[in-house]
Amino acid sequence: MAYTHTLAGNIHRFEDLKSLLAKATPQRSGDQLAGIGADSEEQRMAAKYALADLPLQTFLHQPVVPYEEDEVTRLIIDSHDASAFTKVAHLTVGDFRDWLLSNSTTGEILSALAPGLTPEMVAAVSKLMRNQDLILVARKCRVITQFRNTIGLPGRLAVRLQPNHPTDDIRGIAASMLDGLLYGCGDAMIGINPASDNINVLTSLVAMMADVIEHYEIPTQSCVLTHVTNTLRMIEAGAPVDLVFQSVAGTEKANASFGINLALLREAHDAALSLNRGTVGSNVMYFETGQGSALSAGAHHGVDQQTCEARGYAVARAFNPFLTNTVVGFIGPEYLYDGRQIIRAGLEDHFCGKLLGLPLGCDVCYTNHAETDSDDMDSLMTLLGTAGVNFTMGVPGADDIMLNYQSTSFHDALYLREVLGLRHAPEFEDWLQRIGLLDTSGRLLPAKLRHPLLGGMHVASP
Amino acid sequence: MNSITPPDPWTELRTHTNARIALGRSGASLPTTELLRFGVAHAQARDAVHLPFDACAIQQNLLANGFETIEVESAAVDRATYLRRPDFGRRLSMRSRELLTSIETSASDVLFVVGDGLSSKAVHRNAQALLLELRPRMEVAGLRIGPVVLAHQARVALGDEIGELLRTRLVVMLLGERPGLSSSDSLGAYLTWTPHVGRSDAERNCVSNIRSDGLAVTEAAAKIAWLITAANQLEATGVRLKDESETASIPAPVGQAHILPS
Repeated sequence: MAYTHTLAGNIHRFEDLKSLLAKATPQRSGDQLAGIGADSEEQRMAAKYALADLPLQTFLHQPVVPYEEDEVTRLIIDSHDASAFTKVAHLTVGDFRDWLLSNSTTGEILSALAPGLTPEMVAAVSKLMRNQDLILVARKCRVITQFRNTIGLPGRLAVRLQPNHPTDDIRGIAASMLDGLLYGCGDAMIGINPASDNINVLTSLVAMMADVIEHYEIPTQSCVLTHVTNTLRMIEAGAPVDLVFQSVAGTEKANASFGINLALLREAHDAALSLNRGTVGSNVMYFETGQGSALSAGAHHGVDQQTCEARGYAVARAFNPFLTNTVVGFIGPEYLYDGRQIIRAGLEDHFCGKLLGLPLGCDVCYTNHAETDSDDMDSLMTLLGTAGVNFTMGVPGADDIMLNYQSTSFHDALYLREVLGLRHAPEFEDWLQRIGLLDTSGRLLPAKLRHPLLGGMHVASP
Repeated sequence: MNSITPPDPWTELRTHTNARIALGRSGASLPTTELLRFGVAHAQARDAVHLPFDACAIQQNLLANGFETIEVESAAVDRATYLRRPDFGRRLSMRSRELLTSIETSASDVLFVVGDGLSSKAVHRNAQALLLELRPRMEVAGLRIGPVVLAHQARVALGDEIGELLRTRLVVMLLGERPGLSSSDSLGAYLTWTPHVGRSDAERNCVSNIRSDGLAVTEAAAKIAWLITAANQLEATGVRLKDESETASIPAPVGQAHILPS
């Protein structure tokens, strides 16, 4: 069905719902690359007007990717909670924005609503919002998850420690890991992106992290970010796997390009649950996403990259993840051109994820061929901190020497905690205090030479 | 530069990794020395992306070493377009397509294309040395190599169209990789059997991180030559062609890692 809107005497016509969504999106190099972005600023505004008038119900009857062709659409439609949706069923997208921003719409109300929302609904309303709207509403949403500690509580920020090494050298990884712990990072998890996909190498990384966590009794969890089929093989072989990683996207075809489908994710979820390694909870999945992956796989069906991203959250949501991470600036400038587009995308992703009930964190990051730098990253992480993001990344010196991109550092986490008064996950905070790295006000203490975590250094020295 | 920030007591850990660890801190933030070090690395990486491709210098050197060369450009007219439109970087400009169509060159077994990619610095530093290492290996294997094609604003798949027009059995695209802070001069080599427009990345093999502090040129040449020979036997590149040029990396030891393994 086509939509029209007249603006300044010009009639703007939009072929169908996905075209309307794409044209209403803030300017984005990926949508231009796909040839679906707005042709003019006036057309973009006309699309926003037409979108604002659209009843939310529309999204339940007009899937942007056909139900018959796509298992992600089937998941979205079949798992939609009609009774949760009742509260907003009478609203248009424009009214929905006002309702979300209203003071009487509390976090409790939004949590109850989440199963009644579809990715397309939240993507649509995000397109009408300014950055401050995205922050205000996301800040109300609390999504709390647990494994060996508790992530997502108000006033808390967790950090994923990412101690990568270009050749998976176990000493190099252990050294970066200690560095992160000594700076108070690692409560979200300790997660390694391996260079190898050799099962023996992966298993040795899993075992090393389990060993450290157990030895120092750290209330955290580990993950090796390898293909879900590799993790399944490790679980079958008895490796001490905490969280299962997988990249996910918003269409069946994009997921197929990752070598996954919903059935495989279900199998992995069941396998991880069977290990029962959590102590305070059983959220066992770790997902990564990022705008542009569906387009990059030639699997976007003409749907804009932000809506595709929100559909990826529906995939993640089905498996009650411990963490979901939007790796916002990783793919490159053909999807998000500059700091402005990366900042906007990071806030949209966080908003959409939280509204859908996901424990969203963000890898605030960039590549060197994008028009951006660490000043833009400072802006985005500060904005996400105010928006209540569940976690950010901790990479030594913000420079990942394996993936060749820049993320946020251990120091960045110290900065965010300092300016926004954010504390660690409670169990991890207790541990840091117990081990003498944190004072009672939550500020990092200088580590002493004889600190227990440094005990092994002398073994390593010649 | 002197620093008023005391060093971290674990600077010794730096012997185990090039990662930016044990940086110390000024309050919550980076000490000035480390902030500036990061700035330099970022500046070098940025410059590598925007450094113009000096095809002329490479051409002269190659000619002096007895290579034939052809210069082409992709459909991306400038760097800004190149970065936004990877699809343009994968196709030849009209002018270059006409050039390659009109050119009289005999069919080859292997065609080398040298493209700027995301780091001309990588190409300037490594491409010629790599070609000089590769040529004798091709001769020994009895493979006919075509003229070296120098390509401006090139993505990997540009080699497909070039290889198709110049009728080669296998194209090797040498391309500057996306620069990281620790490595702004890294060259990648992409091998594609019977190149033609529409080949997918799953149909290629890649040898990456070719640079003095990474995979050295001699080792890279050996690996690429091994892959070329294997591709000729298999008559394919891509997922079916596994790199078995050396034994797989040895798994790291397991256990007792809570103290750094010695």
